[in-house]
Amino acid sequence: MSALKYAFWPGCVSKGVAPELYVSTNRVAQVLGIELVELDQAACTGAGVVQEQNPELADALNARTFAMAQQLGLPLMNICSTCQGIESMVQDKLAKNPEYLEKVNGVLADEGLRYTPGLVVKNFLWVLVEDFGLDKLKAAVKRPLTGMRFGPFYGCYILRPSEILGKSEHPARDKYIEMIIEAIGATPVTYSGQKKCCGFPILTVNRENSLQQTGNHIHEAQDLGADALVSPCPLCHLNLDAQQPAAKAVTKYDIEMPILHLPQLIGLALGLEPKEMRLDHHVVSTKKLLDKLPQGAAV
Amino acid sequence: MKVRLKVKRTDPGSNEPRYSSYEFEAEQSVTLLDALIHVREYEDGTLGLRCSCRSAICGSCAMRVDGRARLACRAKVIAITGGDEDHEMVVEPMGNMPVIKDLVTDMESFWSKMRQVDPYLQPAQAPPANEEYRVTNEAMLDLTHTMNCIMCGACVSDCTVLEVDKNFIAPAALAKAYRVAADPRDGKEHDRLVKYSEYSGIWDCTRCNMCVEVCPKGVAPMNRILQLREMAIEQGITNNAGARHTNIFTKSITDGGRLNEVWMVPGSVGLFNIGRITKEMPGAIRLALAGKMPFNQVIPPGMPGSHKMKGMDRVRNIVRKSASLKPKKAEVKSS
Repeated sequence: MSALKYAFWPGCVSKGVAPELYVSTNRVAQVLGIELVELDQAACTGAGVVQEQNPELADALNARTFAMAQQLGLPLMNICSTCQGIESMVQDKLAKNPEYLEKVNGVLADEGLRYTPGLVVKNFLWVLVEDFGLDKLKAAVKRPLTGMRFGPFYGCYILRPSEILGKSEHPARDKYIEMIIEAIGATPVTYSGQKKCCGFPILTVNRENSLQQTGNHIHEAQDLGADALVSPCPLCHLNLDAQQPAAKAVTKYDIEMPILHLPQLIGLALGLEPKEMRLDHHVVSTKKLLDKLPQGAAV
Repeated sequence: MKVRLKVKRTDPGSNEPRYSSYEFEAEQSVTLLDALIHVREYEDGTLGLRCSCRSAICGSCAMRVDGRARLACRAKVIAITGGDEDHEMVVEPMGNMPVIKDLVTDMESFWSKMRQVDPYLQPAQAPPANEEYRVTNEAMLDLTHTMNCIMCGACVSDCTVLEVDKNFIAPAALAKAYRVAADPRDGKEHDRLVKYSEYSGIWDCTRCNMCVEVCPKGVAPMNRILQLREMAIEQGITNNAGARHTNIFTKSITDGGRLNEVWMVPGSVGLFNIGRITKEMPGAIRLALAGKMPFNQVIPPGMPGSHKMKGMDRVRNIVRKSASLKPKKAEVKSS
């Protein structure tokens, strides 16, 4: 089977406030033999926020990132649910408006870039299940996380609107995290909040609502016995992990829940050392979780 | 085809719901509403549900199926179950509103919020003598999404903000707000945008796309909320955390190419909002202690020495040239 290779858009957060995501993604990709060519000159997707003020700028910046990947002749991989959603939305908009696409391409022309609809854009979650494959992942597991219970937290933009996020071609995309949790020997904990909003986008606008949302989800998953939550979205991670002490204060729920980035979970199952994935760089300590790791299984 | 239903039942005045299960044979083409009417006619006459047109026009039969709001008349059973006859559909009343009985909800809060946005046109001037108002086709095309709204309440049922804040004006009323504010015949656009920008209005939406996903008529309420935000900023209604957040975010991208996370909070809540910034300080300290604080972003976007991504010159060029992509405002005001 030919090696997997992607143009890699790391997103702003993994290069800023969540370096543990960047480090663990690269490490896990290396172990799995997935080659990543980082687009170090690609700009922010706009996260839906730039779109509120200047949708045309956001369209042009995303088209530019797509064109960079196409120049390399590679599919594009991201590690953020929000990036995925925005990229899929822009792809949809440009594909449906050929005249507008031509104008956008005119903006990119100075750099010799041109975007042609049809680029494959996938979050690492989709890459793992659809391209790498769960059987291969199972075979690569060196430390089965047997007995451990993980709750998925998807992030809105990797799920909705499902119409433009490939639901018809890949109907199981809203179950991939559970499938991965099972593939690495652990047990998924399903709860009603796993596909809802983490609250992060309104943290600065309505702090109480935002923290109530985050607190509710953690509390529910904790009640159902989850040892940790796992997310393919670093923005969700920010609210669920970094804001968890604040959410605890606002909701008065007695919560303490480690939050893992998806590649960190994979890395644990691959037998990597927690420190290699910077699991010691979380706001909510991962120590109790790591104490539950099956002993002696790692190679 | 076998149909299996598990219906949430609530008696009037009771806080103790229960579930009733039903199983029967039906045609392949059966909709969820057909199935529920079958239950009411042949299995259990006490089942309460609301329905009328059976054609996705009246908006009466919205309810939750397997945790997601749908119009029962528009939902084919086979599409929900994927043809799996063992699949037991869990049917519940809409969320975010009180239950009157079984699948019938009290929509008073839905209507009172609709009234809050003044959902009618308020022209600035009378039409020309002996004529009607004239608008261009282009101006009305953009409003056709919101005109499709049948007030079924599905978006309100599944709104993730309403779950934590009953005061949020919520998607349906804000979509209606866009419908009137963006109508060229309306003369109150600015006043409306000021009002909609207040607390519990357009900036309280998390942009979770749930309303877009569940709306049976393609209204995409969240997208209308984003359009209201764009209009509000365009009109200079920016003295609120939401608009400031959008401004500082966009500035951070046009200045440095990628997000400056350090300045998002002070830039959004207001630099001199000491009380609010103090609330965030423990969080910032926790980030720093965990080794996550990006200290290369401490200079605010736009100031000398602020963090720039590699190749920022090229991004600046895109920022400049993309201004040409802005659509021209259609001249459509009433004549």
